[in-house]
Amino acid sequence: MIEIRIHGRGGQGAVTAAEILAIAAKEDGKYSQAFPFFGVERRGAPVTAFARISDEFIRVRSQIYRPDHIIVLDPSLMSVVDVTEGLREDGLVVINAPEDNWNDVLERLSGYRVYAVDATEIALDELGVPIVNTAMVGAYLRASKVLSLDAVREAIRVRFSGEIAEKNVRAVERAYEEVERIE
Amino acid sequence: MTELGPDVRVINGNYAAAEAVRLVDVDVIAAYPITPQTPIVEYLSEFIANGELDAEFIHVESEHSAISAVVGASATGVRVFTATASQGLALMHEVLFIASGLRLPIVMAVANRALSAPINIWCDHSDTVAQRDTCWIQLYCESNQEILDTIIQAYRIAEHEDVLLPVMVCFDGFTLSHTLEPVAIPDEERVREFVGEFEPVHCRLDPEEPMTIGPVGGPDCYMEFKKMQHEAMERAREVIGEVNREFSDAFGRSYGDGLVEEYNTEDADYIVIAMGSVCGTVKHVIDEERPDVGLVRVKAYRPFPGDRIAEIIQDREGVVTIDRTHSYGAMPPLWTDVKAHAPDVEVSSTIAGLGGRDVRPEDVLRAIKVAEEGKGTDEPVWINVNV
Repeated sequence: MIEIRIHGRGGQGAVTAAEILAIAAKEDGKYSQAFPFFGVERRGAPVTAFARISDEFIRVRSQIYRPDHIIVLDPSLMSVVDVTEGLREDGLVVINAPEDNWNDVLERLSGYRVYAVDATEIALDELGVPIVNTAMVGAYLRASKVLSLDAVREAIRVRFSGEIAEKNVRAVERAYEEVERIE
Repeated sequence: MTELGPDVRVINGNYAAAEAVRLVDVDVIAAYPITPQTPIVEYLSEFIANGELDAEFIHVESEHSAISAVVGASATGVRVFTATASQGLALMHEVLFIASGLRLPIVMAVANRALSAPINIWCDHSDTVAQRDTCWIQLYCESNQEILDTIIQAYRIAEHEDVLLPVMVCFDGFTLSHTLEPVAIPDEERVREFVGEFEPVHCRLDPEEPMTIGPVGGPDCYMEFKKMQHEAMERAREVIGEVNREFSDAFGRSYGDGLVEEYNTEDADYIVIAMGSVCGTVKHVIDEERPDVGLVRVKAYRPFPGDRIAEIIQDREGVVTIDRTHSYGAMPPLWTDVKAHAPDVEVSSTIAGLGGRDVRPEDVLRAIKVAEEGKGTDEPVWINVNV
């Protein structure tokens, strides 16, 4: 079982990102859960969402304290919350950051496997709004290899419709191509 | 357990509840939004607006009015549904007795949530367990699949002529209501065939056959009505089991015997007794590190399957209940019910997960340890608490 924690700010779509992963898991023939941190949400405030993906039915119902993978939608969160709290040794962090921030990112995340992509630029290009969740799902796919790109395309078409879905599929594909391991 | 197939959708518990109501083709809905149940009201409103569900949605100004409206609608002989949580269920309290006293087969979903004060929107069982004596059947779910399946079954149970009692389908707020997971959506036609046409046999407002509903019942007859309610609740045991078996034949899923689900109990030295989604975490702990432990999941809290539980827990090294509520000044409700049926068995009592305090695997292990140490038999042990 893979346990994933997603950090974002209210409005960036952290909860939707978790939901897309859970829906995509089913498309790949896997079991899943997706849930928000059970609390009150405000636009701009730090938000946490979780997902579990497994080959078997998932029985455990507690929150996630020892994640395998972390997705960070907003690099500024690193100075507000401990984004690697409980992350397993050699755990994976996939972060949205422009290239000139990568040194700073690496410094803060030393000891982990770190992948970065400028998801904000991709979201602005493809969607016209800085909602980076789908781009970050694309980056995460490439870094984790947990799910297939086809499954995520399908999940996006389940979660969104029409032109919005296609724009988000393009954001996923671009981030999948552009994400890089930084070390 | 859900088998992954083309009929599976990844949905949250509130959606599973709304989807069940759509599949059953309920006629009248009245509900007032309250966290964490609000999305049920929204989904059902959407279904009706989109023409996916042909039902009357009565907009009301409170939960007291919501339950009153479904009582009135049910008395005209149609299928009804409502949903609530926490303070909303508490506000319904007086009308809950009327619904069961009139023997109306109302089905209500409750997304379990703690009661104020302090203000708390998160899960525990204090809302529904406090309604235990209102003569509603109470069924507790462990997964989103079970929410959908149980609401479908609830109509069969409630409308059965041996029962004619309202049913509360309880599921943990947030832990299920706001968590997405795979759920197999059964075929609409087959669900309608399973639940059948609702033909009211008892309480029905019909101008062709006038009857009085809800008159005075004085000291000469009130007690007889109450004893008949008791007998209906007793007969419900058989009906719940029967409907669980028939559901299994039709859709390939069942939940224990309908009242109690056993997990790894056969050779277990220790038994955990619990209700709701925490049972999933107990199963996880059994699978991962405690093969010597078994779980008794109480699905039906009313009628309480006490005799069956008493049989299962005989001759064990230790037995422990996990209550997600408390009866202040006494022992917790689940423990008390178990002990009433198994006075000779030493049963430990724990309280966990009040007001959304997460019940982690280590908390389940702690509860098992309470049984191993023989503690908690005359005073509950509070798990993961800082006072």
